[in-house]
Amino acid sequence: MAEKNRRSLIRSYIVLIILSIIWLFPFFCLVVQSFRSYETEFGGMVNYLFPKKWSLDSYRYLFSEGSQFVKWYTNTLIVAFISAALQTVVVICVSYALSRMRFAGRKLLMNIWLVLGMFPGFLTMICLYFLLKQMGLTGSGAIPGLILIYVASSGMGYYVCKGYFDTIPKSLDEAARIDGASRARILYEMIVPLSKPIIIYTALVSFMAPWCDFVFASYVAFGTSDSYNVAVAMQRWVWTNDYQGFFTRFCAGGVLIAIPVTILFMCLQKYYVEGVTGGAVKG
Amino acid sequence: MNQKKSIIKSIGSFFAWIGKDLKEIGVTFAKGSWQTRLSFLLIGFGQLVRKQFARGLAVLAAAVGLLYYIFGFGMSYLVDLPTLGTKGRGFNPDGTVSYGDNSFLILLFSLVTIVAILAFVFIWRVNVRQNYQADNLLREGKKLPTNRQDLYSLLDENFDKTLLALPVLGIFVFTVLPIIFMICVAFTNYDFNHQPPAKLFTWVGSENFAQLVSMDTAGLGSTFFSVLGWTLIWAFFATFLNYFLGMGVAMLINKKGIKFKKLWRTILVLTIAVPQFVSLLYIGKMFASDGLINSWLMNAGIIDRAIPFWTNKNYARVLIILINLWVGIPYMMLIATGLLMNIPADLYESAKIDGATNMQMFRRITLPYMLHVTGPFLLTQFIGNINNFNVIFLLSQGGPTSVNLEGGAGYTDLLITWLYKMTVTNTNYRMAAVIGIMVFIVSAVISLCVYNILPSVKDEEGFQ
Repeated sequence: MAEKNRRSLIRSYIVLIILSIIWLFPFFCLVVQSFRSYETEFGGMVNYLFPKKWSLDSYRYLFSEGSQFVKWYTNTLIVAFISAALQTVVVICVSYALSRMRFAGRKLLMNIWLVLGMFPGFLTMICLYFLLKQMGLTGSGAIPGLILIYVASSGMGYYVCKGYFDTIPKSLDEAARIDGASRARILYEMIVPLSKPIIIYTALVSFMAPWCDFVFASYVAFGTSDSYNVAVAMQRWVWTNDYQGFFTRFCAGGVLIAIPVTILFMCLQKYYVEGVTGGAVKG
Repeated sequence: MNQKKSIIKSIGSFFAWIGKDLKEIGVTFAKGSWQTRLSFLLIGFGQLVRKQFARGLAVLAAAVGLLYYIFGFGMSYLVDLPTLGTKGRGFNPDGTVSYGDNSFLILLFSLVTIVAILAFVFIWRVNVRQNYQADNLLREGKKLPTNRQDLYSLLDENFDKTLLALPVLGIFVFTVLPIIFMICVAFTNYDFNHQPPAKLFTWVGSENFAQLVSMDTAGLGSTFFSVLGWTLIWAFFATFLNYFLGMGVAMLINKKGIKFKKLWRTILVLTIAVPQFVSLLYIGKMFASDGLINSWLMNAGIIDRAIPFWTNKNYARVLIILINLWVGIPYMMLIATGLLMNIPADLYESAKIDGATNMQMFRRITLPYMLHVTGPFLLTQFIGNINNFNVIFLLSQGGPTSVNLEGGAGYTDLLITWLYKMTVTNTNYRMAAVIGIMVFIVSAVISLCVYNILPSVKDEEGFQ
C-alpha cells in the first residue's frame, strides 16, 4: 500500500513538473530573447532562443529619445490608476443601493442591465467613438476619453460586490439606523471597512483591464501615437511589416510591462481568489 | 407554456399599472388645491408656493432644460428621422460646398430627443406626484417636509437615488443609447458607400438580415453559418475542456502528500497576472512559420518545411483551443481549489470504507457537487467564450482567411471578431450591427434555455 502511494505521488510530481515547464516556458523565452544584442544580431525573429551576445540594447532603446515607450507607459498608468479608483467607487455605490435598499424599479433595473450585458461590447464602438469625438476626447484627448468610457459603463459590473454585501447581516444596518445613523454614514463607516477584500478585488481587476485593452484604445487614439497605451503600441510593433526589427524590443517592453503588474497581482492574489470564487459560486 | 402565461400576466399588470397611474393623476386634479391644479401646467409651481424650494427648483430646472433641448435643438433633427435626411452634400450655385444633411447626426439626435420627451413626461409625472403628496399631507393636518429634510433624505431614505444617479446616467449615455443607435443602424444601409457627412444613408427595412442568412452569391449566408458554427464549437471546447482539466489540476495539487502546494499554484497563476497581450502575442509568434517551434523542429530534422500552424484551417483551430487551455486552466484551478475544500471530508471517508475507487468517488461525489455549485458559472463562461475576443484576435486575428469566406472573415473568426473586422476594416456598419444583434440573440437564447434546466436553479437546497 505504501509502495503504491509513493508511486502515485511520484507520478503526480512528474505531471506537476511538466505542467510547470509548459506554463513557464513562454515567459522564459520572452525574457531570454529580450536580452539579444541588437547591434550584432538585429531584432527580428531568429531560429535560436539563446542570444549569441547578451546585451541590454532593446531596453536601452525603450528609454532612448527615439522611442515613445515611456509616454505610452505613463498613459497606461494614468488610465489604470484613475479608472480603477473611479470604477471602484461606482461599483460600491451601485452594489450598496441594490443590496441594501428597496426602491421602485429595482428588479427592472437589474433585469435591464442583465439584458444589456448580452450585447457584445464592440457593437457600439463606432457610436462611442462619435460621442467622444463630439466632446473632443479622441485623438490627442484619448486618455480622458478612455477613462470616461471605462468608468461610465462600470456600474453594470456590480455582481461580485453586491454578492459580498448581501452576506453582511442586515441586522447591523438596522441597529445603526435605530441609533440614528443615515444610510450614507452606514455605507461609509460600516459597509466599506467590512468589505475590504472585495473592494481590493474590484480595484485590482479594474486596474489590470486597461493594460490589455487595445481594441477600443486603438480606435479612440487613432492616428495619434502620443495617446497610445502600451497594448496598442506593442501590438503595432509586432504586427507592422517591420516587426522584424522590433521583435526583441517588443519582448523587452513586454517584460517591463509584465513585472509591475505581476508583482501587484501576486501581492493581492488572496483577494483575487476570494473574488473569483465568490463570483463563480453565485454566478 | 409557463413562459407564455407569465408574459401575458406581465403585460396585464403593465396595463393595470398604467390605469392606476392615470387614475391617480385624475384624482390629483379633481381633489387638488388650486396650487396643485396650476402645477399641471406650470411645473414646480405648487412646490414653490408651498416653500418646498428644493423640490420645486429641481423639477423646474429639469423641465426647462429638457424643453430647451427638445424645441431649441432636437425637433429639427426629429422631423428628418423618417428619411434620415434628403439633401446630400453638393455645391451651391456660387461654387461653395453645401453640406446638406448628416444622417448619422439625425439618427443620433432624434433618439436623444425621443428620450428627452419621455424624460419630460416622467418629470411632469414626478411633479404631479409631489403635489399629490403635499395635498394629502396638508389635508391630514401634517407638516410638509422642509427643504433641509428633503436634502437630508438624499443621504438617508432616498440614498439610492443619490448613489444610482450618476452610474445610471453613465450607462444610459454610453451603453443604452449606443445600443439603440446600432439596432437602428441594422435597418439602414450605413456602410462604406453611404458614409456621412459626404453621403446619406437611409432606412432599408430588414434587408440586411436577409443578406446575412441568404445563400446566394450576394448573401453572406455561407460565411455566417460557418463562423457561427465555429463560434459554438469554440465556446464548447473552451468552456468544458478548461473546466475539467482545470478541476483535474486543482485535484492534483490538493492531493494529500503533495508538497509546495503554494508554489505550483503560483506558477500557474502567473498566466493570469501577466497582461494577455504580452503573453498571447508572444505565443502567437512562437508558432509562426519563422517562429521558435518551427525552427527547432527543422533544426532537429523532424520536419523539412515549416508546419503552417496559422495558415491551415484545422491546425489553427486546434492550436487556438490548446493555447486557450494555457490561459484558462489556471483560472479554473483557482476556483476549483476553494470549492473542492468545501466538500465534507467524511463523504470521502465513508465512500472509501465502502470500497469505492478514486474514479467512483470522483463521479459520485466530486463531479455532482462541482456541477451543482458552478452551474451558473459554466453558463457565464460559455457566454464569455462566445465573446472571447482577446484570445482569438491576439493569436490568429481570425485567420487563415479564404476566398470561400466573405466579408474578410477567416476560419478562426468568432462572430465577435468578425464584427470587429466589419467595423474597423470594412467599415460595413450595417452588417456589423446585424452581427451584433445575432450575438445577442445567440447569448440570450442559450442563457434562457440553460438557465431553466440548471440543477441549482431547480433545486436550490440541493447540497446545503
